[in-house]
Amino acid sequence: MAKPMDQITWQELEVGGVVIEIGNSVQYETGSWRSERPVVEKEKCIKCMFCWLYCPEACIHEAEEGHFEADLTYCKGCGICAAECPVKCITMISEEK
Amino acid sequence: MGKVRKGVEVSIAIADAVTQANVDLIAAYPITPQTHIVEHLAEIVANGELDAEFIPVESEHSAMSVCCGSSAVGARTFTSTSSQGLALMSEIFFIAAAMRLPMVMALANRSLSSPLSIWNDHSDVMMVRDAGWIHIFVENGQETYDNIFCAFRMSEDPDVLLPVAVNLDGFILTHMIEPVEYEDDELIRQYLPEFKMKNTLHPDNPVSMGCFGMPEIYTETQMNREAGVRGSYPYILKAWGEWGKLTGRNYKPIETYRAEDAEYCIVTMGSYGGAAIEVVDTLRDEGEKVGAIKIRLWRPFPLDEFRKAALGKKYLIVIDRAISFGGPGGPVASELRSALYKKDGAPTMVNYVAGLAGRDVSPEDFRKIILEGRKKAQSGDTEGFTLYGLRG
Repeated sequence: MAKPMDQITWQELEVGGVVIEIGNSVQYETGSWRSERPVVEKEKCIKCMFCWLYCPEACIHEAEEGHFEADLTYCKGCGICAAECPVKCITMISEEK
Repeated sequence: MGKVRKGVEVSIAIADAVTQANVDLIAAYPITPQTHIVEHLAEIVANGELDAEFIPVESEHSAMSVCCGSSAVGARTFTSTSSQGLALMSEIFFIAAAMRLPMVMALANRSLSSPLSIWNDHSDVMMVRDAGWIHIFVENGQETYDNIFCAFRMSEDPDVLLPVAVNLDGFILTHMIEPVEYEDDELIRQYLPEFKMKNTLHPDNPVSMGCFGMPEIYTETQMNREAGVRGSYPYILKAWGEWGKLTGRNYKPIETYRAEDAEYCIVTMGSYGGAAIEVVDTLRDEGEKVGAIKIRLWRPFPLDEFRKAALGKKYLIVIDRAISFGGPGGPVASELRSALYKKDGAPTMVNYVAGLAGRDVSPEDFRKIILEGRKKAQSGDTEGFTLYGLRG
C-alpha cells in the first residue's frame, strides 16, 4: 500500500475498490492478530512438510536446520499446523506473558 | 437492422435492442414474466445473428456471478430477471454495483412471494433499491427499446461505471404488443462507443477486485460508491440528451403533464404514467385543476427536478406499487415526503398503494384515487397509506 489503510481518503480509492498494486498483501502484517504462537520441537520433527502444506497463510518455511517454522510477521496463530502435525511436534504457546 | 416501425411484443423489442447493442455476453435464467426476453435472445445467439456468449446458468445467483465476471474482463454484458430471481441473485446484485461493474438488466417487475404470484408490482425492485445501481422506470414499448441503448451508454461511461436496471412492469409492458420505432444499426454504433474498462481482469496487467476491507477502509469505500452513484447524474442526462439529438425522442428524470398550472398532481412510476395522463385530461375537462408527475429516474434520485415539479402544488397523490411493511408509507411516498420536508411550498401528500400483484387499476380507478385523494388531502387525512381496492 502506498499509504497505510487508515490514512487513505475516499477520493484516493480506485473505482470499485480495485487494488492495482500487485502483491501488496505482504505489507499487511497479520501476525498482530495472533494470541498463540506455534513452537516446534526440532528433535521430533520428521520433515513431512504437513505444516507447510496446511498453513492457510502460507507463512511456514524451511528453517536452516531442516525443520519447519512459521514466519511470525504473518502467522495468525490459528493452530492448524499443530493440529495437523502427525508427530505432534508443534505446540501452541500463549503470547500472553 | 434498418430504421423501421413495427408492431412488436416489448420483450422481443428488448431482445432486438440487446442484439443491436452488440453485447458480448448474456447470462440469465428464465423466470416469468421476463421469459420472452431471454428465450428470444437465446434464439438470436443460437441462430448466429449475434456474436455473443449466451450462458444458460443454473440459477439467478449464477447469472449475476457470470455477469460480474464478464463485465470485469471488459465485455458488454446483459441480463434480465424478475421477482424471486432478483431475490436469489441479490447477494451478487449488490456486489456488481460495489465493484462498479457496468452491465444492463431488464428488470421485469413482479411481486414477491408469498403467496406465490407471477404478476406485476414493484416489490422486487424496492428490495434492491439501496444496492447502488442506476434505476430507470419505463412506461411503454418505445421507451423500453430506447432505454436499453441509453442504459448501456450510461453504464459504460468511463465517468460512471455502474450497472443499470431498466425497470418495466411485468406483463403490463413485457407482454404488450406495441408499435416501436427501431433505429438503424449505424445510428446505434454511433451512439454506443466501444466499451473500455480502466481496470480489467487480464494477466498482462493483474489487479485484485472485490477485496477484503477492514473497518479502517470500509467507510471510505462506501463514500466512494455514494459519490459514484450521485455523480452519475449529469452523465445520465448526457446519455439521454444525445439519444434525443439522434432520434428526436427525449427523456428526462421527471416528466410532468399539465402540471405547470395544476393545483394538485398525481405521481406515478412506470407504466401507470400513461393511464394517469389520460385521466388527467378527462378531469381537466370537468374543471379539476389536476396534473401528473412521473418519476423515470429512481436512482440516483432527481431531487432538484422533483422539487421543481412538486413545490407550489397544494396536494400530491402518490401511487406506490409496493408496501414497506410497518414503515411510514409506500417506498416512493416515503422518499418524496423526505425530499419535500420543510421546503417552502411543500404540498400535502396522500399515499395510495395500488395494483399489487397485477390487480388491475383502470382509468376509472385512477379517477377515484385522484378525487378521493384530493378530499383526503383537503381534510388532512394524510397519515400512512391507503391500500386501494382493499376488501374489508
